[in-house]
Amino acid sequence: MRASLFITCYNDTLFPETGRAVVKLLEKLGVELDFHPEQTCCGQMHANTGFRGEAYCQAKRFVRMYQDTEHIVIPSSSCVAMIRDQYPGLFEQLGNEDLRKQFAAVLPRVYELSEFLIDKLKVEDVGAYFPHKVTYHASCHGLRGIHLGDRPWRLMNKVRGMEQVALPNLDRCCGFGGTFSVKNGEVSSAMLAVKLQDVMSTGAEFCTALDNSCLMHLGGAMHRQYAGMRTIHLAEILASTEAAPAEALA
Amino acid sequence: MSHTGYHPVLDPTHAAPFPKAVLPVLRNPQLRKNVAHAIDVIQAKRGKLVAEKTDWQELRTAASAIRTHALENLDFYLEQFEERCTAAGGTVHWAADAAEARQIILDLLREENASEVIKIKTMTSAEIQLNPFLKAKGIRAYETDLAEIILQLGEDEPSHIVVPALHVNRSQVREIFSRTMGLKDLSDEPRELTNAARNYLRRKFLDIPTAISGANFLVAETGAVSVVESEGNGRMCLTLPRTMITIAGIEKVLPRFQDLEVMLQMLARSATGERMNPYTSLWTGVTPGDGPQKFHVILLDNGRSSILAKKTERQTLKCIRCAACMNTCPVYRQTGGHAYGSVYPGPIGAILTPQLMQMHYAQTLPFASSLCGACYEVCPVKINIPEVLLELRSQVTNIERKHLSRFLDPMYLGLRIANLIFSRAWLFHTSQFFGRFGLGLFTRKDGWIHSLPSVGGKWTQTRDLRGLPNQTFHGWWAARTKEAK
Repeated sequence: MRASLFITCYNDTLFPETGRAVVKLLEKLGVELDFHPEQTCCGQMHANTGFRGEAYCQAKRFVRMYQDTEHIVIPSSSCVAMIRDQYPGLFEQLGNEDLRKQFAAVLPRVYELSEFLIDKLKVEDVGAYFPHKVTYHASCHGLRGIHLGDRPWRLMNKVRGMEQVALPNLDRCCGFGGTFSVKNGEVSSAMLAVKLQDVMSTGAEFCTALDNSCLMHLGGAMHRQYAGMRTIHLAEILASTEAAPAEALA
Repeated sequence: MSHTGYHPVLDPTHAAPFPKAVLPVLRNPQLRKNVAHAIDVIQAKRGKLVAEKTDWQELRTAASAIRTHALENLDFYLEQFEERCTAAGGTVHWAADAAEARQIILDLLREENASEVIKIKTMTSAEIQLNPFLKAKGIRAYETDLAEIILQLGEDEPSHIVVPALHVNRSQVREIFSRTMGLKDLSDEPRELTNAARNYLRRKFLDIPTAISGANFLVAETGAVSVVESEGNGRMCLTLPRTMITIAGIEKVLPRFQDLEVMLQMLARSATGERMNPYTSLWTGVTPGDGPQKFHVILLDNGRSSILAKKTERQTLKCIRCAACMNTCPVYRQTGGHAYGSVYPGPIGAILTPQLMQMHYAQTLPFASSLCGACYEVCPVKINIPEVLLELRSQVTNIERKHLSRFLDPMYLGLRIANLIFSRAWLFHTSQFFGRFGLGLFTRKDGWIHSLPSVGGKWTQTRDLRGLPNQTFHGWWAARTKEAK
């Protein structure tokens, strides 16, 4: 199986270890992975801040770049939600017939990481080993945006050695919301405080998710507060083995 | 100064921008505790009652279809309502805006020689700021809904559209009642508080022959008006007075009587977490010898028809004011309603208010959301609130970016530059390099950034940021590919 990794701008810049884990995981599962060197951003930040024209520029780039790609794997549920929920409107409003056709061709080939594993590779046990206590944060875009459903748990349940602790108020937003976190920094912080209480109440060692943006928010607060917990993208847990543990454990 | 410790301003033309308006609330633990407690209780009740409906999603689809159809044929159904209501003995008035609606009501009250009027809870009357207007004209309006009484006596403002005094707890209610009703020994037992309100109200019901109501629904087929409530105060206002004046937004119309079957189920479960509202009143014109003998309906536009004209925004008008969106909203849960500076707070307020203001005011409201999508999920008529929020954000940004002050605003400047950067991979990679260097100046020995200037400071006020790693992912990929060769 061949697939192309769209790493997303913030993972590329801030969380390269997540990208390395995705590569390790997918190659282990026999996927022939490639990486388009021209890729940058999906345009979500612009779209969500009202810069529709700019978001459209990025949407166009994405669609043209992946015209001939079999599967596009994205380890970020909010970027997948951007493509599924917002691209149609952008191409409808600003695009032409040609671009709309190109987009329609690309859309069904876009996979969030857990979707690709479960729906396309039909695998639940990826042979991971992660002997730690972990709580899973279902990001809003994963939960309500692209409806990941039980996919994350089907993957996590097969990770050897891992103890899962259920997160209370699982469906509540952490308060990140992209530029919301600075445009409404105080409200965002208040939401974060409430979320962090729930996360910390689990007593887990790690908080995981399929979206590094929420984890950047939660992890940033954990670090600020000297909280005894860290964040880790689920890809890194799934790529972790006895022989080659997650980079975060090094 | 109200007991909330600050002056809520619910007039969007005067209210502070949302990010500023939230500050006194966020520093008010009592208020936040009251709000979170109240909505957690409602949410839990709603969740239970929605879960017992196995056809909830089908009901949502039906409710959405009914509302969409009504809006797509609004001209027809409004005229049908006018015709049937008039035939049943009612009088229908049309008001293009708030000022016209207020004048119509004032004229009607003067016709009745009314110096006092009793009111059933109506957010539409708050939208047109009716009470202060009547007061200035020498007419006292008495609210009869318990929550509205608390607010009126406490000189406070509603913070929720279904439970307007949700930010007030019972010991605060005791204080207000005791002070304004002269009841020194009043306790904060709900029973005693209710009795105090009942005594206060009884004379008003018996003495004041003119009433004002809103409407939950207007039924085009029969010309009927419907109000749902929980306390029976509405029933009193609908039976004792001589004259009833109803004010309703033009979007409130339902095509058929049968549509109430779906809408009343959705409203009760979504709004208060009840299978059925305790009091559901329906009246059609006037009935000789029974209830008010004069009945007026004012159909209020006040910006609604301009919303109707817009494709994405039109769905805003499907709203049945159940408030499920604000009860589930993680932003509202922290801020309560006053910070929205509008009688319509929460997610629905964030899309409705700026539109009612023709985008001239309340421009910060579409940004008062983390776009978590919880509102869309619970909406009984399937309003895609995040979609409308994004549409309005784009409109606000298009207006603002033309102003010089915004042109140089770090956020606007940053986003324009980011677009340039994202449009060319080499520029993106160069920026990552310089970004690492630049942020390196702020990165401490522990590898984390604890403080940033400008917009970044809004992040670091409560969170750290991990310093940029030495190697980007694409850098790693390129090195790995080269090695493999």
